[in-house]
Amino acid sequence: MAAIYNLFIINKSGGLIFYKDYGSAGRMDTNDSLRLASLWHSMHAISQQLSPTTGCFGIELLQADNFDLHCFQSLTGTKFFVVCEPGAQHMEGLLKVIYELYTDFVLKNPFYEMEMPIRCELFDIHLSQAIQKDRLVLLGR
Amino acid sequence: MIGVGGKIKQYSSVLDKPLSKGRQEVSLSAFAFLFSELVQYNQTQVDNIAELERRLEDAGYAVGARVLELFCHREKGNRRETRLLGILSFVHTTVWKVLFGKVADSLEKGTEHEDEYMISEKELLVNRFISIPKDMGTFNCGAFVAGIVRGVLDNAGFPAVVTAHFVPMEGQQRPRTTILIKFADEVLRREAKLV
Repeated sequence: MAAIYNLFIINKSGGLIFYKDYGSAGRMDTNDSLRLASLWHSMHAISQQLSPTTGCFGIELLQADNFDLHCFQSLTGTKFFVVCEPGAQHMEGLLKVIYELYTDFVLKNPFYEMEMPIRCELFDIHLSQAIQKDRLVLLGR
Repeated sequence: MIGVGGKIKQYSSVLDKPLSKGRQEVSLSAFAFLFSELVQYNQTQVDNIAELERRLEDAGYAVGARVLELFCHREKGNRRETRLLGILSFVHTTVWKVLFGKVADSLEKGTEHEDEYMISEKELLVNRFISIPKDMGTFNCGAFVAGIVRGVLDNAGFPAVVTAHFVPMEGQQRPRTTILIKFADEVLRREAKLV
């Protein structure tokens, strides 16, 4: 039983730079994931404009009947979001962990070009470890 | 370094300052970003991977030449190793400890050739955050560390060819990095006379 369905990372202009799905539910093809990423980018921007009060940073959590979407935006505008089971806990923490892995294994890699799709072996390795750990914590509860 | 008791001692001249600095560390992130820039800059200056490797090695050579001078003075009371095994263990222990905060994982003698020695490291500090793209083949940023080792050996009077390689490990996801040291003939001839 997977708590997380998929993980997306989008750059500051709305382009999908990383996509990974976990488990069979909610799997989508490349075109759909690209479309969904840029759609989310726009929705996120609109939500900031819609806010009646100032200082809104956009949607952080979208709850639906059969999934939750947690989003974390870094200061540079890179957005990380996971689609998961409804009511899945401590996703904010997981997103922070993923952000940390991104800053370590992607941004400190001299062979990574900014704003381009992420293809870093070390990032993949550490990411799957983090997800694995998160699942174990979930099973332990 | 911040002085004990929160007071920073002022010295009138740099010569009065004690050489021993105690344990000093720089931020790993700061180093990783700087090193990443070094690799990226050199990448713009070359058109093949062998050339990039050579440039990184040259950058390391300058570091090696300087650390030999400094560590012989600071750690060894102005004495320099003159024997082959002595200088190798100096690199493996002293140099590694001061530069990377730990002793290198292993120091071995090559099985096929008499003049070859290997320093292996499970995870080399400079490679901690670096993933080599598939199209770059066997390129290893450890070339910088190989350069440091060559700088130390060369300036201590042990000319050698030093290269860095990835060696796949059984049961491990990541390959380890081996620094291969091949000494010049004259070094071995001199060493044989000394015995």
